Amino acid sequence: MSRKFIRNDGRKPEELRRPYKIKLGVVPRANGSALVQSGKTIVMAAVYGPKKVIPKHLEDQEKAILRCRYNMITFSVKDRKKPGPDKRSAEISKLIENALSNVVMLEEYPRTAIDIYLEVIQADAGTRVAALTAASLALADAGIAMKDLIPSTAAGRVNGHIVLDLNKEEEDVEDAIDLPFAYIPSTKEVVLLQMDGIADIEEIEEIIEMAKKGCDKIYEMQIKAIKEKYGSYLEE
Amino acid sequence: MGESKRKVVYPGEIIYEGIDALPGLGVYRVEEKIISKHIGVVNKKGRIINVVPLNGVYMPKQDDFVIGEIIDIGVNFWLVDIHSPYDAFLGIYDITEFVDKEIDISEIYDVGDLIYAKVSRVTKTKYVNLTMKDSQAKRLYKGYVIDVSPSKVPRIIGKGGSMIKTIKDLTQTKIIVGQNGRIWIQGKNADLAAEAILFVEENALMEGLTDKVSEYIKSKT
Repeated sequence: MSRKFIRNDGRKPEELRRPYKIKLGVVPRANGSALVQSGKTIVMAAVYGPKKVIPKHLEDQEKAILRCRYNMITFSVKDRKKPGPDKRSAEISKLIENALSNVVMLEEYPRTAIDIYLEVIQADAGTRVAALTAASLALADAGIAMKDLIPSTAAGRVNGHIVLDLNKEEEDVEDAIDLPFAYIPSTKEVVLLQMDGIADIEEIEEIIEMAKKGCDKIYEMQIKAIKEKYGSYLEE
Repeated sequence: MGESKRKVVYPGEIIYEGIDALPGLGVYRVEEKIISKHIGVVNKKGRIINVVPLNGVYMPKQDDFVIGEIIDIGVNFWLVDIHSPYDAFLGIYDITEFVDKEIDISEIYDVGDLIYAKVSRVTKTKYVNLTMKDSQAKRLYKGYVIDVSPSKVPRIIGKGGSMIKTIKDLTQTKIIVGQNGRIWIQGKNADLAAEAILFVEENALMEGLTDKVSEYIKSKT
C-alpha cells in the first residue's frame, strides 16, 4: 500500500494541513478564547461564563448548562453565506455541545450557564473539527474544570487512498469520504464520529486509526499552545 | 512556599501516580492517577495535591473575605453582588447594627452600598451567605472599586502582603483587596494605585514584579 501518493497540496497522506496554528487568548473581553487555523480554515472560539442563566427558567439546580453557537461568517465561503442560523449550524452546534459535555465538569457550577461562541472566519472543509478543537481550548483558557482537552480532526478517503485532514478540493472529489472524529485522549472515548458515503468496515477502521493519529498530533499542539500562553513554570 | 518554581499543568495532565497522595481542589482521581482539571499550578500540602487555576471566575468559598455591592433589598435580607455567577445573601441577623422592628432596612444598607464581608456559608447548590459579624468586616465608604481576575489576587497581594504594601506606601492610599477580585481604593492618588494594580494583573507572570511596580509608580509621579 506504500504507493507514492501526493495530494493536491503536496502533503503526505498522514499529514495535517499546513499551517496548523493554535493561539490562546485572542478575545480579551471573553473569559477564555482560542483561534485554530488549519490550512485555509480559520475558526475562533470564545467562552463566556460560568455566568447567571438568562432566561432564568433554563437554570439547572444541579449543574451548569452548556450553550454552543456555531456560526459561519458571511464572507467565510466563496459565495456569500446567508447570515443567521440554519439547519447545518444548528446540527453542528448541538454536536459540539454534546462532545464537550463529556469533558466539562458541569456539576461544579450549579445554576450557571457557559456560553461558547464559534465563528468560522474562513471555511475550507473541516470547520466542525477545528471548531471543537478551539472550543475545548477556550474552555480550558476560561479556567473551567475539565477532565481533558478534546483534539479533533477528520480523516477520509480520496481516490481510494486513506488520508488525514481533507481540504475542500479533496472533499469534493467523487466518491470521497469525510469522517470528522474526536476522542478524549486519556480515556480513548470517542465523542464525535460522523460519516456519509459507502465504505467497507476495514476501510472505516483504517480511516478511524488515521484520525486517531491526527488527534494525537493536535493534542500535542493544544498542550504546546497552553504552554505558550501560560509558560511551563511559574515563579514565586 | 519554599520552592520558587511551580509547574504549570493543563486539564487532563497526570500529576501523580500512586495511592499515597490525596486529591484536593482542582484535581480528580482515576484509579491511581491524580489528574488536573484546570490550567493551573500544582500546590502540594503534605499528602494533598491541589491545582490552583490561573484563570476563571470567582467561586465563593467559606471564610473568604469579599467586597460586595448591595443590588437588592428584601424584607429581612440584602442581595449582594460579589463579582461571581452567584449572588450572596446578607440577612439582618448577620449585621452588627441594631435593627429596630419599625425601620426599613434600606436605612442600614441601601442599593449601591459597598461592604467588605465574610462568606459565612456556601451550600452545595452554591447559595452564598455573608456575615458582617467579624472584626475585619465593614462598610466601605467613598472610593474607587476596580475588578480584576480573582486568580490574580494572590499576585496582587504578594508574598506576605509585600506587593500591596509597596503600592499603598508609594501612592499613599488605602487599599482593600477582596478574595473575589474586587479591589477598593481610597486616597488622593487612587487612579495611580488602580493603574499599578492593573499593571500587576497584566504582568502577573513577570519575574521580580514588586521592583517593577515601584519603578512603574515612580515613573508616573
